[in-house]
Amino acid sequence: MATVAYDEASRFYPGSDKPAVDRLSIDIADGEFLVLVGPSGCGKSTSLRMLAGLEDVDEGTIRIGGKDVTSLPPRERDIAMVFQSYALYPHMTVAQNMSFALEQAKVPKDQRAKRVREAAKILDIEPLLDRKPKALSGGQRQRVAMGRAIVREPQVFLMDEPLSNLDAKLRVSTRSQIAALQRRLGITTVYVTHDQVEAMTMGDRVAVLRDGILQQCATPLELYQRPANAFVAGFIGSPSMNIREFPVVNGHARIGEVDLPLSSEEADGLAREGADTVLLGFRPESLDLATRGEGFPVEVRLVEELGADAYLYGHVVGTDDAGIDAPDIVTRVDPARTPSIGSTVYLRVRPGKEHAFSPKTGLRLG
Amino acid sequence: MAVATTPQTTAERAAAATRRGRGRKVSGGAVAIGITAWVVGLLFFSPVLWMFLTGFKQEAQASTDPPTFFFTPTLDQYRAILDRNFAPYFINSATASVVSTILVIILAMPAAYALSIARIPKWRDGLFFFMSTRMMPAVASILPLYIIAKNIGMLDNITFLSLIYTAMNLPIAVWMVRSFLVELPKEVLEAARVDGARLLTEMRRIILPMIAPGLAATALICFIFAWNEFFFAVSLTATKAATVPVFLVGFITSEGLFWARLSAASTMAVLPVIIAGWVAQKWLVRGLSLGAVK
Repeated sequence: MATVAYDEASRFYPGSDKPAVDRLSIDIADGEFLVLVGPSGCGKSTSLRMLAGLEDVDEGTIRIGGKDVTSLPPRERDIAMVFQSYALYPHMTVAQNMSFALEQAKVPKDQRAKRVREAAKILDIEPLLDRKPKALSGGQRQRVAMGRAIVREPQVFLMDEPLSNLDAKLRVSTRSQIAALQRRLGITTVYVTHDQVEAMTMGDRVAVLRDGILQQCATPLELYQRPANAFVAGFIGSPSMNIREFPVVNGHARIGEVDLPLSSEEADGLAREGADTVLLGFRPESLDLATRGEGFPVEVRLVEELGADAYLYGHVVGTDDAGIDAPDIVTRVDPARTPSIGSTVYLRVRPGKEHAFSPKTGLRLG
Repeated sequence: MAVATTPQTTAERAAAATRRGRGRKVSGGAVAIGITAWVVGLLFFSPVLWMFLTGFKQEAQASTDPPTFFFTPTLDQYRAILDRNFAPYFINSATASVVSTILVIILAMPAAYALSIARIPKWRDGLFFFMSTRMMPAVASILPLYIIAKNIGMLDNITFLSLIYTAMNLPIAVWMVRSFLVELPKEVLEAARVDGARLLTEMRRIILPMIAPGLAATALICFIFAWNEFFFAVSLTATKAATVPVFLVGFITSEGLFWARLSAASTMAVLPVIIAGWVAQKWLVRGLSLGAVK
């Protein structure tokens, strides 16, 4: 158990002048579950591999438990890693897979057997101990990969999209099991995923990366409620936040026919930049159906019925939003009373639920 | 469709499916290809069969035209060969083949590792260098090799011949082993490193078992090449270190050909290779198709 610190750590792949990870700085507390999330190519896996020692750190330092490990090989970092492909040793049985690391660490044989049995018990894979990976299902392999990590009782767990090869149902159940197991063992964990639902449900804190640059590192709730910029706002949440640029008139954002008052901080921020538009975001659940005059008109293009919820997709009437390429405005509506396709509804943003971003930098205002 | 109108057990349905599969029409083209394959296969095999049969004939029967197919088999030729002191040649061949094969595998593993997994700078050039050594015909190197052997007093020496065979087979082995290594899932090796394995442990405990079928195939090919090698053997050895191929040509004399005896000797010469191939065939097929079947 230990803290982990990335300190201005960068990685340049040979032949590329753009860093894959650019001056990443995150302090991870002892026992914390940190999720690295972002679209593909954002550098999240590279960041994890830098921590593992499988990727060079070209600038900056990485510390585990206060000790500088930047130039140490993986075996000297006391970490355990779960790979996306599980990377089990195909020629070894499950028990041998799990005890390999202990053997390398020169743990006596009887202790090895004991620890493997204990780990197998926790993960419910005791009956599989004598099998080879080939004879296991995907879910079982995933458990063995977890077992191989926990049997070592390392300082840090590293997990690189460990659930992405499982089917949807198993993924949801394994997700909660991993989170529960981590809390029980109390071992600092860095977990990489591209799935923002996984990130939100599992992490104590979530770090959002884009193009190798850390966008925001905060608790799931804070990411959701106060995204630091328009990228995080659009990335976190499903369906994603509606984000549009609207003209600003007298401290109000003009959405179609209605004006939405901006807070004084937001207006000040815009004034400092000399901007006459604002990047405004509102989540599908922050929109209510309203009457004409109260809300802006939206022509319904599609209604998605999910049972508990229904989502309405449409475009704002009277703006250039109507183009077929323009992303739809998405609203959550009561599934019992869904408007028909082609009709026009009026939507109102719940007061205080809007997110305003600078149209120039994309950063949060206020 | 799946609704059972007539009650059937699963076993009956499975049997019916097998019957339907068996009754499937075989196209005329497939039959033609099948016949061609058999004809070509038998054509290729016929000299081997002829050699095998001739070895059990008397010299008089062996040289008839057309060849006789009905004869009383005799072991006279085999006896004659063993009387001519065949064993030392056989031992020399076995020594050169086994020693060179072991050396080749030991050397090829780290070389291939450096050219695939832990890629050294300019690894492509390294790979090309290995291949380029095979581009020069052996005959072009025989004079310097002969002079070197003579100067260090290693003419007609089985150790020297083993080293020559090692050098001869190493490039092929490096290329083959490398092709198996690049197919290995990178993450498994990374997992081993994270698990605390050092380089030698990684090679011995992780890589070696995973490419074992490929190594077996490589070893077999090197063994066959060394066993069948004639040119270096005949040029660099005389009496002490001569190998089986050198022994064989002893039957081709100016007085005439001893077909039956040559056939018997040839049969004995190919036997170890056939046995090795037969023992390794299960591994061989897996090794040669390693990576293709996941």
